[in-house]
Amino acid sequence: MAVYERTYRSYSGELTPGWGRFLVLPRYAYQTVFQSRLFVAFLVACFVWPLVLAVLIYLPHNLRFLEMFQLQTADITNIFKYDAGFFFYWFMVPYQVVAFFMAFIVGPPLISVDLRNNGLPLYLSRPFSRSEYLLGKSAVMLILLSAVTWVPGLVLFAFQSYLAGFGYFREHFAVGIAIFVAFWIWILILCLLTLAISAYVKWKPVARVALFVIWFVFGAFGLVINLLLRTTWGSLIDIGGMIQVVWAGLFGIESPVQVPLWAAWASLLIVCVVCIALLRRKVRAYEVVR
Amino acid sequence: MSAVIDLDGLSLRFGRRQILKDLRGSMSGRSIGLLGPNGAGKTTLVHTLLGFHPPYAGTARVFGKDIIRHAKEIRGWIGYMPENDAFIAGMTAVRLVRLMAELSGLPPREALERAHEALFYVGLGEARYRTIETYSQGMKQMAKLAQAIVHGPKLLFLDEPTNGLDPPHRSRMIRLIKDIRDNGDVHIMLSSHLLRDVEECCDEVLILKQGEIATYCNLEEERKANLKFIEVETRADNSEFAEEIGKLGCEYALLGQRKLKMVLPAGIEIRDLYRVAADREIQIRRLDYKRDSLQDIFLKAMENNRGGL
Repeated sequence: MAVYERTYRSYSGELTPGWGRFLVLPRYAYQTVFQSRLFVAFLVACFVWPLVLAVLIYLPHNLRFLEMFQLQTADITNIFKYDAGFFFYWFMVPYQVVAFFMAFIVGPPLISVDLRNNGLPLYLSRPFSRSEYLLGKSAVMLILLSAVTWVPGLVLFAFQSYLAGFGYFREHFAVGIAIFVAFWIWILILCLLTLAISAYVKWKPVARVALFVIWFVFGAFGLVINLLLRTTWGSLIDIGGMIQVVWAGLFGIESPVQVPLWAAWASLLIVCVVCIALLRRKVRAYEVVR
Repeated sequence: MSAVIDLDGLSLRFGRRQILKDLRGSMSGRSIGLLGPNGAGKTTLVHTLLGFHPPYAGTARVFGKDIIRHAKEIRGWIGYMPENDAFIAGMTAVRLVRLMAELSGLPPREALERAHEALFYVGLGEARYRTIETYSQGMKQMAKLAQAIVHGPKLLFLDEPTNGLDPPHRSRMIRLIKDIRDNGDVHIMLSSHLLRDVEECCDEVLILKQGEIATYCNLEEERKANLKFIEVETRADNSEFAEEIGKLGCEYALLGQRKLKMVLPAGIEIRDLYRVAADREIQIRRLDYKRDSLQDIFLKAMENNRGGL
């Protein structure tokens, strides 16, 4: 179909392998997302705090700095213990919120733009299944959220292990695992929640509002239930709170939210199941009226 | 010719409603028209062949591959132009068509090249960097066609391609469909309720009625067959003429004194009728051979309960 001929020509060239085609979707999504300077600024800002923490990890090992301020290593390590609590409170908790805002910016348009103008049949009439479509859309979030959560988290842990020696690494190995697993749980829940909202609410601003409501308003509502009924079970509808309970379980520290660990896991599991059910229902080439 | 689409008892239900009822047959035409009144199941049949709806019973095969077991492989061979508006908000035409080509398996570079070519081919070359929501209805239809052909499919499903088009755009669309049919190795299935579109583009036609096959026929053969039905009007009494053509082996029926209908047997041509008339000094005032239009075929199919393949 050369331009000068203006006639139809079939394609007989090579094809890309089917297993990797879902990655086409993140590539196109990132081209759109990175057009926004505000988003790029936010992404860069996300790496400032890990850099600060890296400096905090480095200082007790910098002799010149210690001499300059006439400090001993123990003076700093007494303040920052560089244990599970350090990574949990100084990195995990703030980056739970950072990841939420990243999802808040990137997530809502992902499926809604395709649904709003009936774009799904275009995707699904190709050798591209619903699962691959969802995997591709999820990959947009998974890659971005990974870049600002567990990747810098593990880099910090590796940096601390490198400076503190193999003994520290052996002793705190579980912290590294906890950083990885805890952030993956959070990323998966955020991803499912955002995609489900995006699939259900076709208008981008409304999808963002819905995500905000589920996050903050449900949290506040749970708090109100706790206060009125003098219980702690109201926190079960606070997704952020439940995540912190699960994280505390993984890090082996006391949870800031007083809900049994099994109840937190069950609550998050229910959220996942509901989101998957919504996605199964909405991500179709055509909705069938029965 | 090997079958393009084989229907093997294909049935589909949405809840309690049966939409497609035990469709059977084999279609092998270069371009197949899918006709039927609104709600006959045309679009649903296309969607089922694409794997959007799982069959309730039976199955179908596209180029010999089962639509249930090889859905993905089949979709690799198919280009689909949906009936309604279908695009991605905020995306330029060239980006959308390129994306679709990449999802069909073309490497990024080839996908970009073919996206440009496809858009030039459908006449959107100058507008390819505009977002599709800014397009007119006609341009949107052309963009849908471009994304359907960009990966060079073996089978093209066109669902109401001339919907909402003004006459110049319609004739352009028809010209493109004919060009695709004639210049590539692509088969076309054109679903439409516009008989004229199907008549112009298709050599075979499948007519659906209430989810069942009402008729499947080859349009050219149907027309050829109907050449044999002749209606003659003579100036004077036609009994002598009728007697003579009866001797030639024609079946005839008198319609009053001056009109008669006949079926020409093999080997007898219209010139033989004129020769008989000249020999008997009978003036033929009118001679029609009845040529079934697609409209006749369609109306007949709508009257019949069921037709077969």
